[in-house]
This record gives sequence, structure tokens and C-alpha cells, in this order.
Amino acid sequence: MSSGYRVMVGVKRVVDFAVKIRVRPDKLGVETAGVKQAMNPFDEIAVEEAIRLREKGHAAEVVAVSMGPTVCQETLRTALAMGADRAIHVETTKELQPLAVAKLFEKLALKEKADLVVLGKQAIDDDSNVTGQMLAGLLRWPQATFLSKLSVSGDKTALEAVREVDGGLQTLHVPLPAVVSCDLRLNEPRFATLPNIMKAKKKPIDKQTPESLGVDVTPRLQTVSVDEPPPRKAGVKLETVQDLVDNLKKGGMI
Amino acid sequence: MLARRVCQLQSAVKLSLRHSVAPGSRASLAAKNFSTASEGGLCFELSDDQRNLQELARKFTAEEVVPKAAEWDKNGTFPKEALNKAWELGLLNAHIPAEYGGLGLGIVDTCLISEAFAYGCSGFSTAANANDLGQVPVIVAGTADQKAKYLGRCTEKFTFCSYAVTEPVAGSDVAGIQTKAVKKGDKWILNGQKMWITGSGYANWFFVLARTDLSPNAPAGKAFTAFIVERDWKGVNVGRKEWNMGQRASDTRGITFEDVEIPDENRLGEVGSGFKIAMTTFDSTRPPVAAGAVGLAQRAHDEALKYALQRKTMGKAIIEHQAVAMMIADMATGIEASRLLTYKAATIIDSGKRNTLYASMAKAMAADVANKAATDAVQIFGGNGFNSEYPVEKLMRDAKIFQIYEGTAQIQRMIIARELATKAK
Repeated sequence: MSSGYRVMVGVKRVVDFAVKIRVRPDKLGVETAGVKQAMNPFDEIAVEEAIRLREKGHAAEVVAVSMGPTVCQETLRTALAMGADRAIHVETTKELQPLAVAKLFEKLALKEKADLVVLGKQAIDDDSNVTGQMLAGLLRWPQATFLSKLSVSGDKTALEAVREVDGGLQTLHVPLPAVVSCDLRLNEPRFATLPNIMKAKKKPIDKQTPESLGVDVTPRLQTVSVDEPPPRKAGVKLETVQDLVDNLKKGGMI
Repeated sequence: MLARRVCQLQSAVKLSLRHSVAPGSRASLAAKNFSTASEGGLCFELSDDQRNLQELARKFTAEEVVPKAAEWDKNGTFPKEALNKAWELGLLNAHIPAEYGGLGLGIVDTCLISEAFAYGCSGFSTAANANDLGQVPVIVAGTADQKAKYLGRCTEKFTFCSYAVTEPVAGSDVAGIQTKAVKKGDKWILNGQKMWITGSGYANWFFVLARTDLSPNAPAGKAFTAFIVERDWKGVNVGRKEWNMGQRASDTRGITFEDVEIPDENRLGEVGSGFKIAMTTFDSTRPPVAAGAVGLAQRAHDEALKYALQRKTMGKAIIEHQAVAMMIADMATGIEASRLLTYKAATIIDSGKRNTLYASMAKAMAADVANKAATDAVQIFGGNGFNSEYPVEKLMRDAKIFQIYEGTAQIQRMIIARELATKAK
């Protein structure tokens, strides 16, 4: 890979993290109508990382991708305002589950000849945390997920990726092309400046559909029900440490 | 008699500006279609661009202003770093025409930014708005060279400017100012004192109004001239930061001018046209100030509502007590009404028409609504509201100045009455 590779970044439109969510009356999901939406926070981190790769001279082009109804274009405009060069909108009103998304990304990554696909580690609406992993499997490309640090190897053919794992930090040498997913501490996403927000309107958004990419996006999983967590029950106030030990023993906890 | 003269002045201002305005500035504003009107007529929605701008301003405020506002207030710290960040994002120079490095956006956009900033801290929004106030006269009446030089300074680097008209002896009575500029060869010699000048501690240049016709019966429309004065010139002395009731992050000081030499190329507009320039500026700057009051009022409302939903007395959340509920209902209604009035005033001037009546209405109402909202918010918080650990007492202290600066509540009502009387004749 010569310097100047193409980075593809996935951005998903989700309910804004600050919103207080409610379960829909039909109990099949969360109420999204009329609720504030925004770019998935982990995807903001992904966009930021991709742009930094371009600013450091490693990447030549950053392509933002979003999949879903027409309104996804707003999320793409945000990515363009942050600095992505162009965008692709895969337009559909059908429900998109991670496997379908991974298949669509597979087609796009090959079609656009991407050298690196950068995704957020998970979306805050479904918390699946599988798209990046499945995409790497479909493409048979190396993957590095839960990134907390990313740099390019000296000869620019690979990435040095630091992952946050349960035991601490793991460093991987990842030959390109590859798929990576970003975790919270990777970077702090920039604000889009007002001039860039205005310039973003002129950047191109290419349109595709699952049909044009030849992918069957039929959902494989069916949501049976969605419930709010049970309300917190009151605790019991105890007077002495002995009481505490007795209660723990009685409850079979020790 | 005075009323008629002021009305004549207002119409004179409108006519003379068409001739004396530097080509392109007002005309280009009128040519742009800022209207968000839908095909059917009225439209109360923001355009996509406006929503993006608003989101940026709100996000910035939530991350850079809200966490620091209490500390700025406590220490009277000028929020230079945060203003610098806002400048980098393009949020401070949005209204400067594109040919001078700004974004060429309208007053509606400036209002969106001002409202968002004030929600976080109205001291911060005032510090940001001070630049507007200094720049608008130059945009309206400057030559191409003056605009390129002084507006360019603000867009090329993080630079402040101020609007220096008020004096210790004259605030509402602008025609009573005593600062004098006397022509000597090709220079003007400036002497006098200004007071309560926002941003003066950090300004690189000032818009200054001075008396140039010293004859006792010279009418206001002919007696004053506007100048651009640089802070570094000999004889310009900026005083100490004043400690005010509220908006303490903003910087207000007195300035003394002692035999300051102003080259004639720094005269802004024709000799004698200063009063008109100073007054016309308000048509563009009152809506953003009103928007600031709306932002503060909205914050007061949000804090009060949140508190009323949680705080329990006599077995229920206090919002269930009608006395509290009525206050919140009135707050919300006042905020909605003053916001609509503000954006109407802004929309009118963006479409190239005169908005003086609505700008005054907006400023008058928004300031009153903000003060009532902040006072009621403290009331709803009760004893906690009086305490500095809770955010509402600051809102009450900050709100007061909205009824005073940029034209007092009383002056606004005089302007409104005169506009109505003129129209009815």
C-alpha cells in the first residue's frame, strides 16, 4: 500500500445519547418518532480518527457511509462537515441488522477499493458490537476492535493498533487492508467549524441501495419484546456489621 | 417637537444610508434570500443550515461554556480561551461579509448563536456580542479600505473590538455626549471619556462617537461623527474592569481619550453622520441581544422545570402545586412569544427592510421576560434558589442588565410609541 490510501468510515444515525428514552407502546422497540437523533458517538470517534490519518498524510481520501432512510443524509453531512471528502448513502426503509450492514459494507469496500474500514465499536441503540467483526470475516481481512490507539507502521503497509481488552491493553500489528472498530478513548472528536458545515453542502453524496449492491437485507433476527428495566426496589437498612453478615448468609450470598 | 425631530431623523437615516452606504453591503444583504418562508406564507421552522448552525452553537455551549460559567462568574474571569475556540469555529464572525473573511450570514443566524451562548452564560454571550456591536457600524458605513482593514483584523486573527458611545454623563441621551473631536489639518484630535464599554479591556479597536459640531444648537443629526480608534494610539487609556451585579464574565470598563490623533482616513462615514450610524447599528444588534435574553430565560425555565419535577413538598412534586405550575406556564409562554418577536425582527432586517419597531419590541419584551423568568426560577427553587451552589441566582443577577444596555426598557418603549405614531399619521 503506497501512502495515500482510501479510508471508509461508517456512521449511523441513532437516538441522541442525552435523550431519556421510552419503550414504544407495542413493546417492540424504543420510541424514535419526534425524538432527537444524532451521529452514534463511537462513529464520531471513527470519523475523527479517519480524518487524522488523512491530516498526517497516510490517507488520501475519507469516504463516509451511512445506511437507512433519507434522513441519514443529515448524519453524512455532519461527517462531511467534520472533514470527510465524500459520502455514500445506501438508501432503504427496510430494517437493517448487523449482518446485512456488514454485507453492504463488504460490497462497498470492494467496489470503492477501500484500504481501511473504520467503524465505531457499537451503536448505542442496539449495542450489538458485531458489525466490524463480521465485516472482517466476510472480507477475510485482519481486524482490530476496541481501539484505544492507532498508528501506521514505518513502511505504511500495516497499522499498529492498541486494543482495550479485559486484561488491559493489547497491541496488534495489522496488515492492510483491514477493518478496525473504535472505542471511547481513541480520540476526542472535533467540532465541525461553521465554514466547514457550509462547505459540506457542496461535497458529493453518492446514492446506492441494497438492490444496486446486490445484497439481501432481510432481517435474520426477530425482536420478541422490549421492556424497561424493573424499577429499583428499596434496600434494607442494617444497624451493625454482624447484621450484614447474617443477612448475606441468609441470602446464600456467602 | 422632539418626537417629530426624532421621527424625521429616523426617516432621514433611512434615506441617507441609501446614498452613503458603501456599495454592496446593504444591497448584498437584501439580495440574499434569507427568508425561511414556505410557499404558503408564514414559516416557523429553521432551514437545514440554520439547524446545523444552532446545533453547533448548542454543542459548543454545552461543552465549553456551561461547565465553566460558574467559575467565570465567581472570579470575573474573561472567557478568552472559550471565545478563542468559538472564533475558531467561525461562531464569532458569522455576520461579517464573505469578502472580508466572514461567513456573510444574517442576523437570524447571529441570533441563533447568541441565544445558544446565553443559555450557557449570558456574560459569555455579551462578551461575544460586543464584537458585533463594534463591527456593524463598519459594515454599514465603512469604505472598502476600512472594512478590509478592520473587519479583516477580526477575521484573520482572534481580535476584539468595542462600541464606545456611552459616557458617564450620557447613556440614553446619546445626543448629550461630550467627547469631542476637533479637526486639525488632516487629523482629528479626540478628547473625552466613555463608560461601560463592553469588551474594552481586550479590544484592538473601537467604534467611537464624538461631537464634531460644537455650536450650541447643532441638531443631533449633524453634530456627531463616527471614528475608528485603535487601542494602541497615544492618549487612549482603558480603565480597570468594573465589578458588576451580573454577567461578570463580560468585561466593562471606562476609556479616556486624551488628545488622541485620529487620521481622517479613520473617520467612518461623512462628517456629521455619526448619530445616524450609531442608531442604525441597533437595528442589527438589538435582535441578537434580545436573543440572549431569550436564551437566559429558557435556561431559567429549564432549571425551574427540572427542579419542580423532583422537589417534593406536602407529599407531591412541587410542579403539582398550581402556584408553581402557573409560574412555569407563564415563563414558557413569555419565552415563546419573545423568541418569535426576536426572530421576526431579525428576519425583517435580513430581507433588507427596516426593522426598528420590531427590534425595539423584541428587546423590550425579551428583557422583561428574562427578568421575570429568572426571578420566578429563584422563587421556585426557594431557599436553594438564593444560594450560589444552585444555578438560578446567577441568572437573576445576569438578567437585570438586559433591561438597561442596548437601549433601556424605557427608551425601547419611546421608540415603539414613536414608530406607531409616525405610521398612524
